[in-house]
Amino acid sequence: MVPLSYYLVLSAILFSCGVLGFLLKRNIITIFMSIELMLNGVNLSFVAFASQWHALSGQIFVFFVMVVAAAEAAVGLAIIISVYRTRDTLNVDRVDLLKL
Amino acid sequence: MNPNLYLWLIPLLPLTGAAVNGFFGRRFSKKAVAGVALFFSGAAFFMALRVLATFSSLTLPYVEPGISWIRSGDFHVSFAFYLDQLSLLMLMVVTGVGFLIHIYSVAYMWDDVGFYRFFSYLNLFMFFMLMLILANNYLVMFIGWEGVGLASYLLIGFYFLKDSAASAGKKAFITNRIGDFGFLIALFLMIQHFKSLDFQRVASGVAQLPPEVAGAGLLTAIGILLMVGAAGKSAQLPLYVWLPDAMEGPTPVSALIHAATMVTAGVYMVSRSHVIFDKAPTALLVVAIVGTLTALFAATIGIAQTDIKKVLAYSTVSQLGYMFMACGVAAYSAGVFHLMTHAFFKGLLFLGSGSVIHALSGEQDMRKMGGLWRKIPWTFGTMFIGTLAIAGIYPLAGFWSKDEILLHAYSFNKIIWALGLLTAFITSFYMFRLLIMTFFGDYRGSLESGGHGHQDHSQDSGQGHGHGGIHESPAFMLVPLVILAALSLGGGFIPALSFLAPVFQTATEEPAASSLEHTLQFVSVLVAALGAFLAWFLYLKSPTLPERIANSLGGLYRAVSNKYYVDEFYNWALVVPLIAMSRNWLWKGVDQGLIDTVINDSAVVTSEAGGVLRRMQSGNLRSYAAWLTAGGAVVLAYMVWLGVR
Repeated sequence: MVPLSYYLVLSAILFSCGVLGFLLKRNIITIFMSIELMLNGVNLSFVAFASQWHALSGQIFVFFVMVVAAAEAAVGLAIIISVYRTRDTLNVDRVDLLKL
Repeated sequence: MNPNLYLWLIPLLPLTGAAVNGFFGRRFSKKAVAGVALFFSGAAFFMALRVLATFSSLTLPYVEPGISWIRSGDFHVSFAFYLDQLSLLMLMVVTGVGFLIHIYSVAYMWDDVGFYRFFSYLNLFMFFMLMLILANNYLVMFIGWEGVGLASYLLIGFYFLKDSAASAGKKAFITNRIGDFGFLIALFLMIQHFKSLDFQRVASGVAQLPPEVAGAGLLTAIGILLMVGAAGKSAQLPLYVWLPDAMEGPTPVSALIHAATMVTAGVYMVSRSHVIFDKAPTALLVVAIVGTLTALFAATIGIAQTDIKKVLAYSTVSQLGYMFMACGVAAYSAGVFHLMTHAFFKGLLFLGSGSVIHALSGEQDMRKMGGLWRKIPWTFGTMFIGTLAIAGIYPLAGFWSKDEILLHAYSFNKIIWALGLLTAFITSFYMFRLLIMTFFGDYRGSLESGGHGHQDHSQDSGQGHGHGGIHESPAFMLVPLVILAALSLGGGFIPALSFLAPVFQTATEEPAASSLEHTLQFVSVLVAALGAFLAWFLYLKSPTLPERIANSLGGLYRAVSNKYYVDEFYNWALVVPLIAMSRNWLWKGVDQGLIDTVINDSAVVTSEAGGVLRRMQSGNLRSYAAWLTAGGAVVLAYMVWLGVR
């Protein structure tokens, strides 16, 4: 039986990797993947707690997150394609039209 | 059980006329406009006659319930109508004289471009005036009170392209505001203490008032405040200044609004509130003093005026003073009786002066008249009757009412009586002066040889009279003159005093000894004859004498002919300081200094703060991400801190 803390540490590592990638990377697709990484880090802690406390709601939550993530991926990739077509770049530092 | 009189229809008919002419009159022919106006004012007169016909079978007072208007707790106001002898008499005067003046105006205003506008306003005035006299409570009366003020403003400023007419309208409106302020406060006091504005409930409230409240000056305060309102509307000292200027309006307006009906609203209101005044002797004394002084003061100004309408205007102020004098000595019936006869003869005199002005193509200066009696005999004849009536010659209308007032004044206070008698003398003098300067002697104008002096009043009636020369007015104008002359002749025999007695049953009206009455009547006729004789002597027998007297009096004469410089004094004491204070203090101090600074400074602060905050909005996605993460980190740290603690 793997102790709960192992899962939580792995989950935190995954989440932190995601945050770092989110902050440091410039490629929009990489940022997008980092967000998925964060989501999965959270998912991991959900299922870990669910199995620890024998509570089904944690696993249900994970399904919800997956559904939302799938939808988000569909919309997000569409936006990325659209950005690339209009701006010819995937570098977020050069997509700054909202700046005053 | 009373039959339904449909009192609400009486004001509504002229309102319909005003609406029809006001909205569609521009597209109507002049005949159609006149037809609409005459139909609706005539219909109101007909309804009033119908009320008169059934009057003897009514149980009084007749109250017609109306739509509920304000309901707040136990305070309740509705558009109900009230009829007793007093309102019936006012109803007959307003609709009757009003209808006659409508007929007259058709001919008088025929050539005016604002024909439909004029009749729309005139009908609107009738509506508000009828609301005022038929109201069942002070608030509906106040609607009428303000409404006639509005109609008066519109009609004084009828020739609004003329500067003097526009400012005369404003002057009338603003001066009336001061009076209305007093009236309003009186209403508030009534609401506070009687919880009602119904005439009957206020009357019973006054009757039930505990003596410690009544003695503490409440009724005196209400009475004096009501008198302030009446002084504004009825042109009494010190608020009379607007009425002479109101002569800028067309002459039928002066006759209807500023002589016969609207300006008597104050007398009506004081009579209607006699329950309050009866219990407030101090307020009554104020009414008497104001009335007496106004009567004398305005009469003396009337001596030296040269504009025919201005003389009549000051005469109106003076006669209104008489009415208040009557109310002040608790002889309300006499005051209302004089109101009625005054409506006849002063309406007649104004319409007659309009006919003279019409005949002379717009000339209003009496120095340029004279010898007209041969050329316009009908106008002369009717105006002669009017002059005899106002002077108080037996047995015309003015004699009876004026004599009744003087009789009551005599038994109240000898000084008031003496001043009233002096006023009667002056009245007779200036009215015969007007008559003589206008109709006798030699013609001093220049009408046949080109016609000068039209510029001032080119819009007033003279407009479009290309046929020149002095001419008698058309029948449309003469018929009302003749009817009013007949009323001025016989109006004194209308038994108004005994008719009104039930309304004022609480008023003290002890019958005076009849020998004293006869003596007083003889004295007042003698005084009137003396005034007439003096006018004849000065202006016909030796026409150079007045000028010499004026020269020898010097400063006094100048003061009188300049209306005692009251307008100048008001201008110096009130208007100039008000403008200076508004400009320096309210405009430059409060508005620019305080309000503008606060507004502008708050705008500056907002914009500066925005300048700082907008740097956060870099447009750079990664900086947004960093803020997001930082925010998350802060929340996390806070929660960790909570857990550790």
